[in-house]
Amino acid sequence: MELYRLTIHEMRSLLDSGEVTAEAVTRSIFERIRRLEPEVAAYITLLHESAMEQARYWDQRGYQDREAVLAGIPLAVKDVICTKGVRTTCGSRILADFIPPFDSTVAEKLKRAGCILLGKTNMDEFAMGSSNENSAFTSTRNPWSLDHIPGGSSGGSAAAVSADECIAAMGSDTGGSIRQPASHCGVVGLKPTYGRVSRYGLVAFASSFDQIGPITKDVTDAAILLNVIAGYDRRDSTSVPAKRPDYTQSLVEGLQGITVGIPRQYFVEGMDLEVDRSAREAIRILEHLGAKAVDVSLPHTEYGVAAYYIIAPCEASSNLARYDGVKYGYRSRDGKTLMEMYRKSRSQGFGPEVKRRIMLGTYALSAGYYDAYYKKASQVRTLIREDFLEVFKQCQVLVTPVAPTPAFALGEKVDDPLQMYLSDVFTLPASLAGIPGLAVPCGCSSYGLPIGLQILAPHFEEGLALRVGYNLEKNTDVHHRHPPLD
Amino acid sequence: MKITLEEVEYVADLARLEVSSEEKEQLTHQMNRILLYMEKLNELDTTDVVPTSHAIDLRNAFREDVVRESLHRVDSLENAPESNDEEFVVPRII
Repeated sequence: MELYRLTIHEMRSLLDSGEVTAEAVTRSIFERIRRLEPEVAAYITLLHESAMEQARYWDQRGYQDREAVLAGIPLAVKDVICTKGVRTTCGSRILADFIPPFDSTVAEKLKRAGCILLGKTNMDEFAMGSSNENSAFTSTRNPWSLDHIPGGSSGGSAAAVSADECIAAMGSDTGGSIRQPASHCGVVGLKPTYGRVSRYGLVAFASSFDQIGPITKDVTDAAILLNVIAGYDRRDSTSVPAKRPDYTQSLVEGLQGITVGIPRQYFVEGMDLEVDRSAREAIRILEHLGAKAVDVSLPHTEYGVAAYYIIAPCEASSNLARYDGVKYGYRSRDGKTLMEMYRKSRSQGFGPEVKRRIMLGTYALSAGYYDAYYKKASQVRTLIREDFLEVFKQCQVLVTPVAPTPAFALGEKVDDPLQMYLSDVFTLPASLAGIPGLAVPCGCSSYGLPIGLQILAPHFEEGLALRVGYNLEKNTDVHHRHPPLD
Repeated sequence: MKITLEEVEYVADLARLEVSSEEKEQLTHQMNRILLYMEKLNELDTTDVVPTSHAIDLRNAFREDVVRESLHRVDSLENAPESNDEEFVVPRII
C-alpha cells in the first residue's frame, strides 16, 4: 500500500484497527517529500525529527481517545499560521527568522486533536498573490505540470496535498487563496464563513477577509478538519459565537430538494472553453442526482476585482505598518536614525508585490482620496453582498468555476499585476460578502491540468456546500486521479 | 494619468518605504494601470449605499476589564532584533 496516499478518514480507521502505525505513514510521507521536494518545493520548513517523535508517541499511547480525532495524522500548515517554537515566515524576508512565542488558535486546536505537524508550507509573501511566485523563498510548482503555477497564495499547501506530501493541509483565504490553488492542483479546499474560524495567530493581511480553512484530498476530510478548527474564540473579537454543527453529518444526505443557482455572470464569453464545459458537466451531474438548477443573476459581479483590490490593500497597508524592525522581524543595520531604520528595514524586508499593495492602500487611504476609493469600494462591497443575500432566496447554493482558466505557466503574469488580479474574478465576490466557498475537482484540461468547481453557500451554511461537493465527488472519478509524478 | 511620479514619492514616504528611481517609475506605471481599472466603480451610483466594513452582522465585542495572563516579557523580547533583556532597543531618538 502507498501509505502517503491515505486520506484522514482512511488513515483514522487503519490506525484505530491497528493495521498501520503513524510512524510508518509519516516515514512514507517523508520519503516522498525527500524525493519530490526538489521539484515541487511545497514546504518552507520541514519538521522531520519532531514529526517522527510525535508519530511514535501516538503509536505508543494508542488510539482510544475519541476526542483526539486527528491523533497520529500528519498534516502540513501554511506558513502564515503561527506555531509556537516553529519558525513562521509568511513567505517574507521580513519574518524569515520569526519564531512565534505562542500558538494560533487553529494550531492549538489541531494539536489538541492530536495531529502531527510535518512542516510549514510555501506561500505568496503575506498571502498576496495568486501564483506562489511572490514567495521570498521559492516558487512552488504545480504537481500536474511542473512548469505551471500551483495557484496562490496557499500554493504550497495545495501542492503538498496534491503530491501526497502530507495527508491534508491548512491554508488561508483572503480573496481566493484556498479555493484557487485547490482548484489548480486538483484537490478540495474550503474557505469558511468569515468569523467561523478564529483568526487569532493568523498573521494579518486583510482583516475583514482573512479566514483559515482546510485543503484536503476529499470532501469528507474537509468536513473533519472544519469540525476541529471551527468555533468561537474570545481572542478573536470577529469570531462569531454560533454553535458549530457536526459537518460530517452534512455528508449523509443526497441532493433531493436542493436548488442550485447558476449565476450567469460566471459563465461569460471569452472564458476558457474547457473550464466552461467541465463546470456545465458538473451541473448536469448534480441535476442527475436530484438537484434543481436555476439560472440566477449576481449583477455586481464584474465590480468585485476593483472593490477587492482597493479594500484589501487598504487593510494591508494598515496591518503591515507593524513591521518596523523593532519588536520582531528583520531590521536593517544601515539606518542611523530611527526613521532611516524604519524605511530601510521595510524596503529591504518586503518584496515587490507587498510594496505595491502597501503603496496602493496608503494612496487610497490618504487625504483627498479616501472617499473616491476606500469608501466607494466599501459601498460596492455592500451591493455585492446584497446580490448574494437576494439570490439565496431563490436557491440554496451557487455553483461556478473557481477560476476562469486552469493553472497558468510560471512567469506568465508575474510582470503584469493587473492581469494577475483579474485571474481572481470568480473567488473575490464571495470574499467580499463573507460567505463560505468550497472548491472541488470537476474536470481536467486537454493539457492535463485540473479544473475546479466552486460551491458557494449562505453565511454559516458550510454544511450545504460540503453536501453538494460530496455528492458530486461520489459521482465523478476526477478526484481518484493522481498527478504524473511517479 | 491617475498618479504622478511625485505623488508616488509622497505615498512611499507616508508608507515608510524607500524606493529607487527605477522602482518609482515602475510603480507609477503599474499604479496608473491599476487605478485606471478602478475607475470602473464609478459606473455605479452609490449615493445612498451604506458602506460595508464587515461582512457579518456583529455588534461590538465587549469583555470584562479584568487582567489575564499574557505573554511574559522575556518571551516578547525573544524575537527582537535588538534588546537589553528588559526593553526593545532602537537607534537613538533624541
